[in-house]
Amino acid sequence: MTPVLEVRGLGYRLPGRGKRDTGNALVRDVTFTVGAGETLVLLGRSGSGKTTTLKLINRLLEPTSGEVRLQGEATATLEPYRLRRRIGYVIQEIGLFPHFTVAQNVGLVPRLEGWPPARIAARVRELLALVGLDPAEFGPRYPRALSGGQRQRVGVARALAADPALLLLDEPFGALDPITRVELQREFRALEGRLGKGMVFVTHDVREGLLLGTKLGLMHEGRLTFLGTAEEFRRSNDPQVKQFMEAA
Amino acid sequence: MNLLRFYGDHAREAFGLLGQHLYLVGASTLLAILIGLPLGVLLTRRPAWRGPVLGLANVFQTIPSLALFGFLIPLPFLGGIGARTAIVALVVYALLPIVRNTYVGINGVDPAVREAGRGMGMTDRQLLTMVEIPLGLGVIFAGVRVATVVGVGTATIAAAIGAGGLGVYIFRGVSTVDDTLILAGALPAALLALIADGLLGLVERRFAHR
Repeated sequence: MTPVLEVRGLGYRLPGRGKRDTGNALVRDVTFTVGAGETLVLLGRSGSGKTTTLKLINRLLEPTSGEVRLQGEATATLEPYRLRRRIGYVIQEIGLFPHFTVAQNVGLVPRLEGWPPARIAARVRELLALVGLDPAEFGPRYPRALSGGQRQRVGVARALAADPALLLLDEPFGALDPITRVELQREFRALEGRLGKGMVFVTHDVREGLLLGTKLGLMHEGRLTFLGTAEEFRRSNDPQVKQFMEAA
Repeated sequence: MNLLRFYGDHAREAFGLLGQHLYLVGASTLLAILIGLPLGVLLTRRPAWRGPVLGLANVFQTIPSLALFGFLIPLPFLGGIGARTAIVALVVYALLPIVRNTYVGINGVDPAVREAGRGMGMTDRQLLTMVEIPLGLGVIFAGVRVATVVGVGTATIAAAIGAGGLGVYIFRGVSTVDDTLILAGALPAALLALIADGLLGLVERRFAHR
């Protein structure tokens, strides 16, 4: 079966300013695959290239080398906006539209895709219930009337709206208080199994990574220096991995 | 008292001048919006143009209004004596606040909101019309308000080049040393500016819902 996501030799180099200055490589030769029901957690320090890797997958940044395939299709051949509607994207700052209600936020991609209103409304109710928010109570609210945890739930629901095969999550729980974070991590873990989607989850929290990842990757200076299961991660002798395990 | 008697005797003329004044301000502000809004949007897409365009608009803004009217009179098509020249000058003045506020309003949209929109597959046009303009509308409208209020004031000077408006009474009053005549132009012009400011301020607050 074709994996949901294949990343091969992916690289991103900032454009240089001249002959000598060939630019700075932020991501170098990154290769991995993610199947349905799998969650790859990308760990790494700030600036190691995790977020850049996510943006190369949905082409918010254009790769300068390598190839990305979504369900077997080379992403470089797709219109970027079409590609992005097939990929759920959740960021730490969430970025809910402040002038849209919760229901309008969640229903955005279906609306862009031209779904009939009744189908959008049904989908919104289903998704809000899935992330533990009462549709009747929260649907008509504006984002400013939500807590941080509720906003992030809406962010996840919004990313799932058009039933994408792949979900990219960039430190989705990073800005939450510890109690809410643990609560959402636990629910998210239950959700992972039920959804059966491919996921790439960026975090610098090792415990979060071990809890949520079916595979763990460690990025260091733009390279994927480790890739393996949680068990392999725990036992690895890789110095970078050890540093991370000790920090946990 | 003299003023009321004056308006009583010259009601037709006074309303005519008020109408001309409203026309000068309305037409020029509308034109400035039609030019300035797309221009401001363009600057958010071509950041390199921001410096030159805003700089040029700033230079125009700095030219004293009477001097600008003077420069325009000898120009073919745009210039001459009358309302058309005045409207061109008023548009030039109104452009800067509208272009600048459109740029600032759109650029001030939370980067996370913009990234979320793009990341979810909005095209640039959808991002602009569904997210950036609605969220920037409060700031954009503040620019329109400033442009309108400045326009009401500058339009009084347009009488100097035969464009009509309430300035006619002011200039006539100054040249005949007639306080009543000066007030007959100055008072409604000032009230008009205050009313425009108040009304547009209400609209602005309606849109600023962040």
